[in-house]
Amino acid sequence: MKRQIPVILVGMFGLFMIFQYFVPHESSEWVYEFLLDWTIIIGIFAMALGLWSLYRVSVEKIKTRKPAWGYNYLTLCGLFTMMFFGFTTQNGEAWGWFFPFLVSANLVLVLMIQASVNKGGRGLFLGLAGVFLVACVVIIVFDNTWGFHFETAQGLQSTMFRAFFDHILIPIFATMFSLLAFFIASAAYRAFRARNVMATLLLLAALIVMLRFHPFYGPLTPYIAPFMSKTSNWLMNVPNLAAQRAIIIGVGLGIVATALKVILGIERGYMGKG
Amino acid sequence: MGKVNLTLLLAAVAIVIIIAIALIFPLERLGQLYSLLLIFGGLVALLLRSIFAKEVDRRIIFLFIFVAVAAPLLFPITFSEKPTAVVKAVFDRVESLPPGSTVLLSFDFDPAMAPEVQPMANAISRHCLKKGHKVIFMSLWATGQALLTQSLTNTILPEFPEKQDGIDYVNIGYKAGNEGVLNVIVSNFEKMFPTDVNSVPLGEIEIFDDIRSCRDLDFIVSFGGGLPGSKEWVLFVGDPGGVDVAAGVAAVVAPQLYPYYPAQLVGILGGVKGAAEYEFSLKETYPDLKDMDTPGLKMMGPQTLAHIVIISFIVIGNIIYFRGRRKEKGQ
Repeated sequence: MKRQIPVILVGMFGLFMIFQYFVPHESSEWVYEFLLDWTIIIGIFAMALGLWSLYRVSVEKIKTRKPAWGYNYLTLCGLFTMMFFGFTTQNGEAWGWFFPFLVSANLVLVLMIQASVNKGGRGLFLGLAGVFLVACVVIIVFDNTWGFHFETAQGLQSTMFRAFFDHILIPIFATMFSLLAFFIASAAYRAFRARNVMATLLLLAALIVMLRFHPFYGPLTPYIAPFMSKTSNWLMNVPNLAAQRAIIIGVGLGIVATALKVILGIERGYMGKG
Repeated sequence: MGKVNLTLLLAAVAIVIIIAIALIFPLERLGQLYSLLLIFGGLVALLLRSIFAKEVDRRIIFLFIFVAVAAPLLFPITFSEKPTAVVKAVFDRVESLPPGSTVLLSFDFDPAMAPEVQPMANAISRHCLKKGHKVIFMSLWATGQALLTQSLTNTILPEFPEKQDGIDYVNIGYKAGNEGVLNVIVSNFEKMFPTDVNSVPLGEIEIFDDIRSCRDLDFIVSFGGGLPGSKEWVLFVGDPGGVDVAAGVAAVVAPQLYPYYPAQLVGILGGVKGAAEYEFSLKETYPDLKDMDTPGLKMMGPQTLAHIVIISFIVIGNIIYFRGRRKEKGQ
């Protein structure tokens, strides 16, 4: 029964989704929209599951003292700090006791983890965590300069959230992405070699597409630039297009085949045990 | 003694030449000149070295890429851009819409893609507001909302202080659900976005007086490159809703979207080049925007030089390969 019910549910809803696409009736659309709401709700729950998973994996790494386990504290503190920023806003100009609150909240987290890791000093860690927790509660109750906003997205506009996003997250992402330029250059130097006919064709196509961007032909510009432009447009619009279309159609057919296998209960990988 | 005198004389001449160049050229031009000399001189030296089939250490390649990217950022090199048909199609579509048309701009990207995609998002937002279109901003990516806020507060709105929130533009923010969100807003906006980011109900926002769903929009531009992105906008909104969609994506994604152009995508802006072409068209059409910030055009300098360095290394690599093969055959 444990396996049959999910298979029946998947089959039923899968067939309904195919069926409703061809029935443009109000009731069919209503059920379709109702099911879409479910998809979104499940998606949001998956986010909560992801948070829990990240917490568990990080704590596990700290417990077992895996290499570079110290960074997991940073991950968890970063996660909770950004969550606090996202849910809080200033009521006026000053932040009041917000930062002591933030430090206390992070200390509660770290001490709780330490209590679960070090069995010897558990009492001490739990005691300290309790002290900081009380400090957090006192600050929340008595400090009116800032407050939690769970119903609206106001926190996302808050100074701290935006400062952390603009000045930490964006440069980190941009740095990681920009490192690609160095690796691409090194890889192009080693890989783009005319070892055979196919490699030569690939090399020439890459050179033409890259060279179409460049206005460095000097006095030869009127002769070379139109040729490069026409050839690269042809490369993009004919061979590239043909290959991309073939891939898209192939992927589409693959999706249909996999969907049918799932609906008919042949493919059960989604249940976790294949 | 004679040798020392000659060396001193040569050094003095070199200093005089450097000072003369410094006096003739402004600092920016001088920087450009020296960095180009450094890059091309180095490349020529490596080219000559490659004749002896000597491989280039990857650290040397990294150094060249660093100089090629850093030099044009310090001493800006800009080129004039001729808009390609795919970019021009988007520009013409925005231009040809009557003022007061409603355009939806979706910021579906993260900070990693931002350097490539944000310049074009800013340029199109600017163009729409300049033309007097009503703009709905949204995001299908959690990180997109913060980038959207950044674009609005730092770049777009300071240039259009007369534009009013809710009347000329509205930011409805991010909603989780990926394609599910698109599937719903193609028939009903309010169901998915009951309020804008300022918690104002959609029913009270003037822009939404005549807009119930995406089917009522005049044009949609999706900026991104990941999933969900432009392809999903075509599949779930553009085609079923009969709305024109254009894409502004990272350069690596652009070739994957060509099958949708021109039937399902009005046009495609691919990477920094796409942004630069759009900015160039905008400046050309609206002379009063000639002083606007043009990150796309500015970034074409580093990109062009980096591409030239990569092309040169590909050529050098092939010379080394063929020379090495000949050497092996000879032995």
